[in-house]
Amino acid sequence: MKFGILALQGDFALHQKALQRLGVETLLVRKPEHLFGLMGLIMPGGESTTFVKLLKEIALFDAIRDFARERAVFGTCAGLITLARKIVNHPLETLNLIDIVVQRNAYGRQIDSFVDAVRVNINHSGTFEGVFIRAPKIVEIGEGVRAVGFHGEDVVMAENDHVLVATFHPELTSDLRIHEYFIEKARKFK
Amino acid sequence: MLTDKDYKLKVGLAEMLKGGVIMDVTNAEQARIAEDAGAVAVMALERIPADIRAQGGVARMSDPQLIKEIQKAVSIPVMAKCRIGHFAEAQILEALGIDFIDESEVLTPADEEYHIDKHKFKIPFVCGCRNLGEALRRIAEGAALLRTKGEAGTGNIVEAVRHMRAVQREIQHITTLGDEELVIYAKNIGAPLEMVQYVKEHGRLPVPNFAAGGIATPADASLMMQLGAEAVFVGSGIFKSEDPPKRARAIVMATTHYRDFDLIARVSEGLREPMRGIDIHELSEEEKLAARGW
Repeated sequence: MKFGILALQGDFALHQKALQRLGVETLLVRKPEHLFGLMGLIMPGGESTTFVKLLKEIALFDAIRDFARERAVFGTCAGLITLARKIVNHPLETLNLIDIVVQRNAYGRQIDSFVDAVRVNINHSGTFEGVFIRAPKIVEIGEGVRAVGFHGEDVVMAENDHVLVATFHPELTSDLRIHEYFIEKARKFK
Repeated sequence: MLTDKDYKLKVGLAEMLKGGVIMDVTNAEQARIAEDAGAVAVMALERIPADIRAQGGVARMSDPQLIKEIQKAVSIPVMAKCRIGHFAEAQILEALGIDFIDESEVLTPADEEYHIDKHKFKIPFVCGCRNLGEALRRIAEGAALLRTKGEAGTGNIVEAVRHMRAVQREIQHITTLGDEELVIYAKNIGAPLEMVQYVKEHGRLPVPNFAAGGIATPADASLMMQLGAEAVFVGSGIFKSEDPPKRARAIVMATTHYRDFDLIARVSEGLREPMRGIDIHELSEEEKLAARGW
């Protein structure tokens, strides 16, 4: 019942802390062989250009693609960008594990970063504190993808059968509901 | 202390930079090289520290035109430096949409008594520190991120090691103190009591701490990460070396995989000449940038 957190760069330690608070065993993933036997993988916030570069350098790029066929993956912010099908404003190659098109830094620079309530529709619907830091936007949703989180008109959280993504950072709050939902999702593929 | 919202947005951005390399760049082309190499952010500068040191004179905030060109060239966060205490330079940088301001001893200080009140800004600040007292004073003023001062522009890691070890040692020490010892300890290191209490309770600083000042090789990056740095700033080390793109990639790899010594050995091969560097003992006290700020 171990969960991995991709630990090449970014706020992976915060995701690890969230999982540990839920009593889940964790492993920091830095090499392809670390994926073996994991129930699920979290791709944290950070810089997506750095992620893709580092993923390719050590053959994790394809390894995560294979992993996601059998298991569940959750990505926040840069993690979401890396999992998306396409980025509209950057040529970066992404993992294409969820059929969404995203716009990087869609709200602007750091001065435009904000905290605001988002509506989430997982298990029960409710509000969640959304921390948006140089956040991306989901600008297009393809087949098999469900919108499960909203900020105004914007879709800020989405999922398909194996992949959950959020444009904001639940790991920067103490609210564990979204991480809990991901663990439940991952358990279905046991 | 930082407010809850400040903490989430300002320290939040610092969290996103962890495990990464922030590179000094002086033009759009260098910025693109840095981004392609996997940098998590760039620091836009007119002159890198090694040149500031060589040329002398007053070092100030960069030309806004240069900053804008660099912002246009890359999609990763762009940082810029202002002089210690020069809040007007900081206000201008904020107006330019800079993502992180470095209130830096590398530039000539504008105020020899006070640092900037960083709580007044919406964007986060990073500040240098040589010891825990200095670190906690900067956080009390609103810094969302700390870095060692090291000795910028020397290509010599010795001062960054000294500063990182000092901070870690003092954090360790605080955790062994009794509550009755904290008030006097706080007075002695010149730090607010509530900050000292936080460090005792959590065994760490309330904000991330990165390494800076003298990093020139992948091994330097690994050393600083193993000593407890959570990310690495590389100033003159990349663009003063013979093969900047290759060295930049190698330092990025060594920062991520800082305990994988086979990998670091591999990426360190054939990097050609690093920046030449300066022995710290050749510098007079007045030439040491780390002594600026208090």
